[in-house]
Amino acid sequence: MKVPRHWRETPRRYRMEAGKCKKCGSIHFPARLVCTECGTKEFETVRLSGKGELASYTVIRVAPTGFSDLAPYAIGIVKLDEGIRVMGQVADCDPETLKIGDRVTTQFRRINEEGKTGMIMYGYKFVPDLGL
Amino acid sequence: MKEVAIIGIGMIKWGELWEKSLRDLAVEAALKCFDDAGVDRVDTIYVGCMSSGLFNNQEHLASVVPDYLGQRFTPATRVESACASGGLAVRSAFLEVASGMSEYALAVGVEKMTDVDGGEATFGLATAADQDNEAFHGVTFPGLYAIMANAHMDKYGTTIEQLSQVAVKNHYNGSMNPHAQYPFKVTLDQVMNSTKIADPLRLFHCSPITDGAAAVLLVPVEKAKALNKPYAVITGIGLATDTIALCQREELYNLKVVEKSAQRALKMAGKTIKDVDFAEVHDCFTIAEIMVMEAIGVVEPGKGGPAVMDGLTALDGKFPINPSGGLKAKGHPVGATGVAQICEAVNQLRGESGQRQLKNAGTALTQNMGGSGASSVVHILEARS
Ligand SMILES: [Zn+2]
Repeated sequence: MKVPRHWRETPRRYRMEAGKCKKCGSIHFPARLVCTECGTKEFETVRLSGKGELASYTVIRVAPTGFSDLAPYAIGIVKLDEGIRVMGQVADCDPETLKIGDRVTTQFRRINEEGKTGMIMYGYKFVPDLGL
Repeated sequence: MKEVAIIGIGMIKWGELWEKSLRDLAVEAALKCFDDAGVDRVDTIYVGCMSSGLFNNQEHLASVVPDYLGQRFTPATRVESACASGGLAVRSAFLEVASGMSEYALAVGVEKMTDVDGGEATFGLATAADQDNEAFHGVTFPGLYAIMANAHMDKYGTTIEQLSQVAVKNHYNGSMNPHAQYPFKVTLDQVMNSTKIADPLRLFHCSPITDGAAAVLLVPVEKAKALNKPYAVITGIGLATDTIALCQREELYNLKVVEKSAQRALKMAGKTIKDVDFAEVHDCFTIAEIMVMEAIGVVEPGKGGPAVMDGLTALDGKFPINPSGGLKAKGHPVGATGVAQICEAVNQLRGESGQRQLKNAGTALTQNMGGSGASSVVHILEARS
């Protein structure tokens, strides 16, 4: 039953597709039907760079269902170079040493396993940007 | 618009109430409210509840509550705005009385959270966040407020001691509240060494999972005057909404939705925050109380933490906050919280709060938050007799 719910999010979660307002140029992620900046309803699809800096974060010690095997894990809000903010986990790092302002980039990762159906969900996670 | 008074409040003991059902809780609080007001029937009922569907597999509380309250055929409406559902129920009842549509309007808030295990409760609460864009990534509610706490600490230098002092203060107040889930004092040391939940937040920076209900009865002010006893009037209400996802807000270290709802309520009441004597605010996490202090204008942005350490918001301070013990000590049955805040405000305004009675309680502000600051309801109440 949950398949369509996750399937329809694929462009956003797999490719970070966002909506760019044709009038004012502001970018919305997830895409919206109405531009919050100018009210326009016309958009083009753009892909986000996935690169940016950590605006704030936390380390989840008590995890929700489906994430307990990962705990403790870092999750934060990243201000992308495009100027918009996105939430995601920060993987491949020592959560204790993360700092606001750290540069990060995105990778395609396994996010979660849905218990009842056994569906495996994928999407982006942030990782430290080593400038490689 | 008619002036609206509160002539009845009903609070019950909150906690992990294994022997009581969702409907028991709502009906017990409503009956206590009826007793307090001296009525046995009402014209309309508003039920504030966040998620009886997920917590109890029971929707349709607009039938369940009047049915079991002995008010069959009474018009009833359930309202939902996550943890602000209770405040929204009071506002809805206010509008119905102010418009002249009804005279006796009951607002009851209820949540029965221990019929599911901790994981399911955490899941239920997380539905107040953006499911597709926040919860999907594995963030919890403490996690969202922890992200705000880190941003606040980074921006203003707020410390973990300051976050912890909010819990110490609220538990001190709650130790004098017979309805509180955790009516005991805690030390700064206990708070700072409690289990880590979501850095920097620890267990004692978080409000608990609670079963509870609360009710208030609203009437046109003429009805209250005829009773010849102290009552409260609602002189201002402010409701505001913001983005569902925390990450969509430009600044993570303030709560714009609280600022806007407070400004609206104060404007309606013809007051400024300086005219307010005390407040009951939504301390779902201790950082929230600090951010709310700044948003409603009790202190400048960034000065909330130091002000708590200086005792500004203590029971004997210049601007007491959460004399009830707040969500932290009193408990947080989400849909009931906003109504219980009004109960405490009225109780204080009537001078009936016993050991925790404030010396100066003429005008109160209550602030009830939905989600990570995605909705907020503020009420201004004034004492009359
Ligand atoms: Zn636009």
